[in-house]
Amino acid sequence: MLLGFLVLIAIAAIRLRDLFAVVMLFGVYSLLTAALFMDLDAVDVAFTEAAVGAGVSTVLMLSGLRLTRRWEEAPGHRPPLPLMVVAVTGAALIYAMLDAPPLGDPTAPVHQHVTPYYIEQTPLEVGVPNIVTAVLASYRGYDTFGETVVIFTAGLAVLLLLGVGGGHSFRPGENAIGDQTVLKPVVKTLIPPILLYGLYVQFHGDFGAGGGFQAGVIFASGFVLYDLAFGEGNARAVVPPAWLHRLAALGVLIYGGVGVYALFAGKAFLDYSALSANPVAGQHAGILLVEIGVGITVFSVVLSIFYAFSGRRRKS
Amino acid sequence: MTLIDHLPVLVVILPLLTAPLCVLLDRPVAAWGAALGAAWLTFVGAALLVGQVADGGAISYQLGGWAPPWGIEYRVDTLGAYVLLIVSAMAALVLLSARESVEREIFRVNGARFYAAFLLAFAGLMGIVATGDAFNVFVFLEISSLSTYALISMGRDRRALTAAFQYLVMGTIGATFILIGIGFLYMMTGTLNMLDLAERLPEVSNTRTVRAGFAFLTVGIGLKLAMFPLHLWMPNAYTYAPSVVTAFLAATATKVAVYVLLRFILGIFGIEFGLGRMPLEYLLIPLGLMGILSASMVAIYQVEIKRLLAYSSVAQIGYIVLGVGLANTHGITAAVLHLFNHALMKGALFIALGAVAYRIGATTLDAFSGLGRRMPLTMGAIVIGGLSLIGVPGTVGFVSKWYLVLAALERGLWPIALLVLVGSVMAVVYVWKVVERAYFSQASSGSGEASEAPLMMLIPLWTLVLANIYFGLHTDLSAGLARQAATVLSGGQGERHAFAYLDSPGSAAGAAGGAGLCQAAQSA
Repeated sequence: MLLGFLVLIAIAAIRLRDLFAVVMLFGVYSLLTAALFMDLDAVDVAFTEAAVGAGVSTVLMLSGLRLTRRWEEAPGHRPPLPLMVVAVTGAALIYAMLDAPPLGDPTAPVHQHVTPYYIEQTPLEVGVPNIVTAVLASYRGYDTFGETVVIFTAGLAVLLLLGVGGGHSFRPGENAIGDQTVLKPVVKTLIPPILLYGLYVQFHGDFGAGGGFQAGVIFASGFVLYDLAFGEGNARAVVPPAWLHRLAALGVLIYGGVGVYALFAGKAFLDYSALSANPVAGQHAGILLVEIGVGITVFSVVLSIFYAFSGRRRKS
Repeated sequence: MTLIDHLPVLVVILPLLTAPLCVLLDRPVAAWGAALGAAWLTFVGAALLVGQVADGGAISYQLGGWAPPWGIEYRVDTLGAYVLLIVSAMAALVLLSARESVEREIFRVNGARFYAAFLLAFAGLMGIVATGDAFNVFVFLEISSLSTYALISMGRDRRALTAAFQYLVMGTIGATFILIGIGFLYMMTGTLNMLDLAERLPEVSNTRTVRAGFAFLTVGIGLKLAMFPLHLWMPNAYTYAPSVVTAFLAATATKVAVYVLLRFILGIFGIEFGLGRMPLEYLLIPLGLMGILSASMVAIYQVEIKRLLAYSSVAQIGYIVLGVGLANTHGITAAVLHLFNHALMKGALFIALGAVAYRIGATTLDAFSGLGRRMPLTMGAIVIGGLSLIGVPGTVGFVSKWYLVLAALERGLWPIALLVLVGSVMAVVYVWKVVERAYFSQASSGSGEASEAPLMMLIPLWTLVLANIYFGLHTDLSAGLARQAATVLSGGQGERHAFAYLDSPGSAAGAAGGAGLCQAAQSA
């Protein structure tokens, strides 16, 4: 059912020429995907998808749209090659599924090999109730470090291309969506809970769903919302754009620093048990620290990308 | 554990963590110094690793202290150590020549960030090579790809933006395919560790899921590799990127993709599945040949020399793909050898082009008029690099082509050997175009008095040129690599399944046999 909707939305998004509607459809698509992830019991992923896909990236695409035109030009020809590539890829995916173990099959290899170890050993070795967090931040913590660097790289790339938001075209006090009398009080009421919730997700990730990635996005979306409703300048006064990329670098260095500390303590890179005499307590402390690094990097990159887009005006 | 035990991870995190430092430093010269220092330290680390692996065999490093397959493992074998060495050597040499070039070509505000992105691309490539975990490959591929897109878009020509966007679309499709492939393997085995995958795959290798995963991985890596006909992003990207970036990418990025291809096809799936049961051989040989011939033909007609060399790179990748496709010992040896040799020649040629761009401001054929007299050292380097590209005896290019011809003849495929030679003749044509213009034509009056390139460019340039000659004459290294090619064939699993395949009657590679490997090693 959900999948069917996804397909319909995807087709509609390809056919439509009104880019504004397409962006809105993308938002719906992300929200449905998040629901799908919920259905698959991947709460953490659903969380991220809802915050990034439906929330922040919709705003970013809208600010991008502001710099160009709303209507897409009709293509002069319909090249057959892309269609063929898509058809072949789709066929290959279906072909692959013919021999795949059915969804939710407890005897499937993914549930038989490494997973039982994680379920049995996490309480003993890592000591956090959320096994997903244990796998992401500790067992496969190096992948998560890599992902944090990917986000930092993305921020760096936007910075290289667009520069720090708020250059010559930056007009303080002016807001992107006009003066909204109803919106302002609503946003004013919403922002404190959003920021508070961001902090909760950040520091509660080892117990419930969440962690640095989700918290960073939620925290940033609070700032984005404020900036949209109350105009540029105020949010920028709290966190100046010029400091954001330094903060992003700092987040990576915090995560990497924990790893290097373990290295000098004679353990392997990112072995958190070096942080404390009690290995399990060390794991817990390590996870909290690296999640803070992730949160800082994600927050600053998301916000700096938003600043970079919203700081630009169409040349007219 | 002492610091020496951490070498496998140090060669990756050293450049990786220097990148955010460069952002914090925010001054181009300071960032350049930090990047250069990190690159040279990494190079020393990689050299030590080569020694360690030679003494004690493959090294395993458990990240986070978790044992594989539950944690992520770094695994450096001989071939991996050499690829790490060549990538770090190229980064160290290119960065040495970078300061002047970057000052001229990159906006000042972006200077420090440019070095940060360069280091990230470098660290990403190192991570891909060092890791023994399939998903970790993807993560570091993303780091190197994203930073590469940004680096290419920094070119002064506005078309650099389109080139970067084109590469971004193609590269993202490639990365997604690789991820889908890894996903299918995980679905059928429940593991992401490469050694563990190699052990568990034979049980399920008859399923459609694994076969589809193999196909997705091959196409995805093929895109990253710029394998014909998936190379369309490359000429533009190399032409419009800043000189420093082109030199580094041409010498390393596609080489790492070749390494990933070898590691997945031969190391994880095993040669029997990869080239025996799947029809890859019938795909790789024609595609390799078509790449060599068509790209060389296009190269002949180019007037922008950066683009000419980019098409030449597509052709050189054709040789490598052909070597893998021939699937016998000499073929794989040729592929592995050409991976290094091509890095040496293209590194030298693109650094030389950077020097020409620095002094003349352009790298079109016209810019080369009379350069033989005005920049004798730079042009001399281009001549020797070009000879190596052609495959003249005494240069490294000859060694790899020799093995490739041997591989083709060994399988009785003499037309292929002939076509390889035709490719060399075509290289003569496009290299001669540049040489002729540089030595036998008058300088155009408007170009002013250009002098020899700065010393900081000449040192790395001539280091690479001399390496081209040194390794062309001393083939001990190539002998070591031939032996290593055999270990790759066996997937680091001990000699069992790969050699069983090589020895089995009826298989084309059987002629080489287990003993043939050692002879191949000695005959080099």
